[in-house]
Amino acid sequence: MKFPLTCPANEGGMNERVRRLRQESIDTPTTLTIERALIETAFYKENYGKMPNCILRARNFYEICKKKTIYIGEGELIVGERGPKPKAVPTFPELTCHSVEDLRTLNSRELQPYYISEEDIRTYEREVIPYWQGRTQRERIFSHVSKEWEEAYHAGVFTEFMEQRAGGHTAMDGKMYRSGLLDLKKRIAERIAALDYINDPLATDKEQELEAMSISCDAAILFAERHAELAEKMAAETKDEKRRAELLKIADVCRWVPAHAPRDLQEAIQMYWFVHLGTVTELNGWDCMNPGHIDQHLWPFYEKGVKDGTMTREKAKELISCFWIKFNNQPAPPKVGVTALESGTYNDFTNINIGGIDREGRNAVNELSYVILEVQEELHELQPGLSVHVAKVTPDDFVLAAAKVIRQGHGYPSLFNPDTYTRELMRQGKSREDANEGGCSGCIEVGAFGKEAYILTGYLNTPKILEITLNNGLDPVSGKKLGLETGDPRTFRTYDELYEAYHRQMLYFVNMKLAVNNYIERMFSLYAPATFLSLFIDDCIEKGQDYYSGGARYNTTYIQCTGLGTVTDCLSTLKTHVFGSGRYTMDELLRAVANNWEGEEKMRQYIINHTPFFGNDNDEADAIAVKVYDDLVAAIEGHPNTRGGKTQLNMLSTTCHNYFGSVCGASVNGRMARFAISDGTSPAHGADTQGPTSVVKSLGKLDQTKSGGTLLNVRFVPDMMKGEEDLKKLGSLIRTYFSLGGHHIQFNVVDTATLHDAQQHPERYRDLLVRVAGYSDYFNDMTPQLQNEIIARTENEAF
Amino acid sequence: MRLFDIKRFAIHDGPGIRTTLFMKGCPLHCVWCHNPEGISYEPTRLFTASKCIHCGAHETEGVEGCPTLALQEAGKDWTLEDILKVVEKERQVMEESGGGVTLCGGEPLMHPEALLEVLRALGERGFHRTVDTTLYAAWDTVERVLPHAELFMVDVKHMDDGLHRQYTGVGNELILDNIRRFAAVKDRPQLWLRIPLIDGVNADDGNLEATASFIASLPSKPEQVNLLPYHDVGKAKHARMGSQYNPQNYKMDVPSEELLAHAGDLFKRYGITTIIGG
Repeated sequence: MKFPLTCPANEGGMNERVRRLRQESIDTPTTLTIERALIETAFYKENYGKMPNCILRARNFYEICKKKTIYIGEGELIVGERGPKPKAVPTFPELTCHSVEDLRTLNSRELQPYYISEEDIRTYEREVIPYWQGRTQRERIFSHVSKEWEEAYHAGVFTEFMEQRAGGHTAMDGKMYRSGLLDLKKRIAERIAALDYINDPLATDKEQELEAMSISCDAAILFAERHAELAEKMAAETKDEKRRAELLKIADVCRWVPAHAPRDLQEAIQMYWFVHLGTVTELNGWDCMNPGHIDQHLWPFYEKGVKDGTMTREKAKELISCFWIKFNNQPAPPKVGVTALESGTYNDFTNINIGGIDREGRNAVNELSYVILEVQEELHELQPGLSVHVAKVTPDDFVLAAAKVIRQGHGYPSLFNPDTYTRELMRQGKSREDANEGGCSGCIEVGAFGKEAYILTGYLNTPKILEITLNNGLDPVSGKKLGLETGDPRTFRTYDELYEAYHRQMLYFVNMKLAVNNYIERMFSLYAPATFLSLFIDDCIEKGQDYYSGGARYNTTYIQCTGLGTVTDCLSTLKTHVFGSGRYTMDELLRAVANNWEGEEKMRQYIINHTPFFGNDNDEADAIAVKVYDDLVAAIEGHPNTRGGKTQLNMLSTTCHNYFGSVCGASVNGRMARFAISDGTSPAHGADTQGPTSVVKSLGKLDQTKSGGTLLNVRFVPDMMKGEEDLKKLGSLIRTYFSLGGHHIQFNVVDTATLHDAQQHPERYRDLLVRVAGYSDYFNDMTPQLQNEIIARTENEAF
Repeated sequence: MRLFDIKRFAIHDGPGIRTTLFMKGCPLHCVWCHNPEGISYEPTRLFTASKCIHCGAHETEGVEGCPTLALQEAGKDWTLEDILKVVEKERQVMEESGGGVTLCGGEPLMHPEALLEVLRALGERGFHRTVDTTLYAAWDTVERVLPHAELFMVDVKHMDDGLHRQYTGVGNELILDNIRRFAAVKDRPQLWLRIPLIDGVNADDGNLEATASFIASLPSKPEQVNLLPYHDVGKAKHARMGSQYNPQNYKMDVPSEELLAHAGDLFKRYGITTIIGG
């Protein structure tokens, strides 16, 4: 019996306003705006060097809030844009200054273009580019690094997150719904008054930072005020009575928040949105900004409104829909170079959390959790991403409601396990309550929301490290000697000797990356303090310290390791067939991969089909994975960072597994040269042949609490999720994985035939969203390489 | 126990998520059989031409040496210990989903001693047990196995004895009689009746009426009745076995949505609620 390949989206639930705003958001092309860069450059020319950098940054932010174009769209209820209009993305020349060539490329490239007029490019060339030469963060970083670092970076052994965006990866807790910016200003003034200039040698630094935070409050209040003024002006001009009332309400809301704590649901949402815009205007931190557990934050306002008769479920849904569309209006800032290769998407990775647990560890699902699931299903936009948090205390009917949205096949919601990630957080030293209030942001990164600066620094290409090991320190792709001479593997007599060589090589590159990470952290502390963001992260105000300088209660630095599945399968291949059965010699295998398996298809196929691989609940292969993982943890974990915190391991890959694969030759597990390495902690492509339970059991053998997050992709054919019974079974699979200690799992529900058809007829699949890594993207917006990689992921069929 | 396959994460072989053990050997040979490699008790070679890279290995090294798994052999003798090892791997997901183990085939009742050994061992370990059977076996065999499973899933393929013989190789008398006797057992295991609905074979109103009326007349109501829309997966399997699918060229079609709905309505008139698929 045939069922539709993807169920039609449930658009019936959207009202006319939401339908129109959504369509506008989807249809508006992404453009670059130079407005922010112009304001900032003029300000820097005038003021750089005349004041402490924290004050300079705060006043720069104030200047932008004062001068940038204010936009209120027709029919909008939640207002404010990062650029002068929807989907106009500002640049951040203080971090990376795009060249004329970059801008032309962005304007004309086929995939994910950022349109910019030739006139703007010329203005940029004249007004912006000359000033920033030698003054950007990117130049500060690259001028410092060693030759070894630079060569390893260009060969794709690791990437560097902070070279063109600011460190970010944070999410908000609920404090902004209880205190307005005027309350914060009062606290700041009290902190300044209490400074002890005699016994605290950093008192002046603290005073300056606190003063900068106070200026940042003024900036955001001014920004809101300007929206109130525009709304009033528009109200005076409109002939539409209903719209006039809405605009007057907007003006009223913008006069109240963010200066004061919100009083109703609309104010609460608008409060968050102004904070969001402030943080992404001040800097362009990775993973945008994230409201965190939004269903919990908004609940009291909804509940109160329903009780006093001013709010209905329908009205709440409309407001949340308008809010959701705002996220879709903010594409990610354009990257350049290697960073564009590893992360080419308009998605800026806001990953909103619903469900899960509250600060006391109780079930936090409420009516708004369901409303938000409906909104996500009806709107099915690129952004925001949504994750459903499934703890033991989470009710089954909520999991079932989530499974129904998963079945739609847009790749969300993804699923997270608070029972595991709170243990990750506590293992890193967070209190039980702060851990309970935490969640996951970006792709899968765990954090103590509102209390932690957890900064990702770049991906590590573990299959590349093995490749270099198997070539005695030489990278066969770049032809350069990048690593240690750990010995000719042909002389190794035992598997342990081989593993030891890999291990030494891995430590060498991890240390290389660690050494530079601390320097980069200092560059942000010195040149790019985030004085607005610091207002919302405990305990920056109390300490008088910036988010980038250890002001947060918790400070973590991550290195993200990729390719666990590929490395495990390669090691298992060598262990089984070279050191075990002796079916092949090391030399035969190394020659085969050096020639990209040419003329060796028989050997390649034998290895693929007769080797214990990760993801099959095979104890031998899984033991290798556990060892590789534990050794990465041991290498990375616990080094002090510059902010009073420590380094930790993370296991996400975003799209970096494609970039990393593209710089690797063939590997001994049968993988062809240039093809993607395994993503996150998922098994390598097609390596898992025993069904999804085996996959989750293999993953369950890793002690995931030692990481800051793992990532598991599973692909199902739609046919497998026809009925409600099937969805319950999906729920059981999720619960099983989570009871085994899984951190995260996500699903693509789309069959191979559909994906092939979409490659042939992209015009028919304009809204085909699929899960990439910790986020969804339009299939049409992906490179053919990434499309093929997703097709190659194991497809689980109904048996 | 000789098995030709073990499937983990089987979601359409009874309640919850299950592990299905496919026992080799079957007294029937249904034209539409989708596991034809399970009919013979002898190991059956399966060859997937599209996977073969013509390396010559399977001619010289046999199944073990075939690098691509183009050549496989269905039918391997498993010890109880090894079976339990595989089944135990799924325990968590079974418990989470209310699943268990399904024994199907082939025809499990063809080898009652082996079947009973496995069922008893599974029962001792607390697994939910399903036997997916034709019930084409002596009643005393059925009676011996009956207390050792929580659910029997039984096909009702055709109500006409002659046509049943034509399509499956055996008459339906023993099967229908066993279903009737099974339904009469006090405190019996659950009974799910499954009708493989094949347009051109058994989906005409005459047979549907007869099937519904038979089910309605049983001494106890089956807990579930499924209409399983025919599919021709068996075709590919026959190609891999080097044999011909439906050599008699019987008309067999996938039932249309309308036909399925119609069949569902027809059963409803007899007071029988059906589930499509499952």
